[in-house]
Amino acid sequence: MTSALSNPNSYPPETSIVVENVTKTFSLRYHRTFKQVTVAKFRGQKTKDDFNAVDDVSFTVKQGESIGLMGLNGSGKSTLLTLINGTMKPDSGQVLTRGRIAGLIATGAGFHPQLSGRDNIYLNAAVFGLTEEETKDRFDDIAGFADIGRHLDSPVGNYSSGMSSRLGFAIAINVDCDIFLADELLAVGDKPFKRKCMAKMEEVRDSGRTLFYVSHAAGSVRRMCDRVLVLENGRLGFDGDVDEGIKYLHYDSDDENNDDDELGADV
Amino acid sequence: MTEGRYLVDAPLAPPTATQGLLEVFRRRYLLKLLVRREINARYSGSFLGLIWSYINPLTQLFIYTFIFVLVLGRDRTENFAIHVFCGLIVVHFFTETFNAGTRSIVRNKALIRKMALPKEMFPVASMMVSLFHVAPQVVILLVAVLIIGWAPSGLGIAAFFLALGIIMALGTGLALMFSVANVYFRDFASVVNILTNFVRFGVPMIYPYSIVDERFGDAAAYYLWNPLSNAVLLVQRAFWVGTTEDPEKTMLTEMPDAMFSRGLVMLGVAVVVLLLGQWVFRRFENKIPERLT
Repeated sequence: MTSALSNPNSYPPETSIVVENVTKTFSLRYHRTFKQVTVAKFRGQKTKDDFNAVDDVSFTVKQGESIGLMGLNGSGKSTLLTLINGTMKPDSGQVLTRGRIAGLIATGAGFHPQLSGRDNIYLNAAVFGLTEEETKDRFDDIAGFADIGRHLDSPVGNYSSGMSSRLGFAIAINVDCDIFLADELLAVGDKPFKRKCMAKMEEVRDSGRTLFYVSHAAGSVRRMCDRVLVLENGRLGFDGDVDEGIKYLHYDSDDENNDDDELGADV
Repeated sequence: MTEGRYLVDAPLAPPTATQGLLEVFRRRYLLKLLVRREINARYSGSFLGLIWSYINPLTQLFIYTFIFVLVLGRDRTENFAIHVFCGLIVVHFFTETFNAGTRSIVRNKALIRKMALPKEMFPVASMMVSLFHVAPQVVILLVAVLIIGWAPSGLGIAAFFLALGIIMALGTGLALMFSVANVYFRDFASVVNILTNFVRFGVPMIYPYSIVDERFGDAAAYYLWNPLSNAVLLVQRAFWVGTTEDPEKTMLTEMPDAMFSRGLVMLGVAVVVLLLGQWVFRRFENKIPERLT
């Protein structure tokens, strides 16, 4: 860590997320076993190779902003999201957030396959920081939103990918959070569910919560967000207006499609 | 657009900020769910379910009675099956905590890679699950010693809880250390497996402490540096001593002196191991999510 990190108190009270010179390095491991490492050392090959999944990224987000995070596959979107949600710690720089964070990092987050959907709702909600009473109060909303009927009492391991992502989204969206992260969450849902999710996310956005939305669909980003960040090989390539961001990524050729098709392009 | 009318009354802080084990204690409800999940998952799809946690120790008690009392005819030690079973409770509790705790981080990678929660939760939950399984064993032991004619005593109960405390702290501390090591190199789970094999023979379980005292003389003091041996002796003090003909004499001939003060020192040692485990864990936990592939 460098000493140049700012004091959290130096940010105004409406600041929701601070990402300051954040770098996260992963190593591509070439050689894992004792034998492989020994042979590689003997031949003078590298035994590890690092790359920056997120490379010196800085931005701040005000409470109530809705950010569309875009970029090609492997550009570091999910890594950045895991840094913001606190699953990972940056190797240098700092991430600061204000309030409770909920959301999905990829679909079907952290379910236990042997437990029923019902038990998983309680467990997942507890991970987001809900108490038992809070979960009980929201249980009907969650079950209603997921709308998976009788399957709620069968093990999540038997669910289809669509069903488990419905459940995951239903839990995350019903947590009273201040920051909502959504990572390509519409990738597996069917069309009616996608529409339901979009409507719910608009509700979240309009209630003044901070929204972080990862998507490849220009249309839904245009509809949901008031600012776009574009990552390119881990670096922040663009930060600003939605339309310009989409143009920057050359995603604007999707323009002629109607709204539903744009949602479909999320896949 | 909406700025200004929705302000969050919370400090701007790193989302990863946790206080380690204190955080685990603060989020007891989540811990409770994790423990329950672990227990439910273990017996899910089983018809007898929790009854298995009684059958298992019961069969062990029968096996040890059969081998040591009937086959080998160990008449040197009174109620030898009880003597062994007391040790078995401690050894099981410890090896279960250590083994399951070491694997806990890797086993829960689905959760750890996607959600932010104090990762210490998992080794601690493993310890709690093992502690949960101590209960049926104690029930069986209690039934057995009551049949033989044992009366509870305050000191005995204190000795039992002191032993539990030693194992809880020691097991969790080691599990913390090795669970994070196991993320870096899966070899550590195998190392722990081998280490726990030694435990069975390093404690006065299938042999009485008096033999150690006889054979090693002054060197027996080093034997007592092992917190596990002390925990076993304390449990034997709690349940086995009372079943013998002359408990006072048994205390003199079979048990070391100053058991409680040594036990308290061992509890201190175990707490130091726990703090060390926490320190090691914090030192290396940053890289856990990306190493869990």
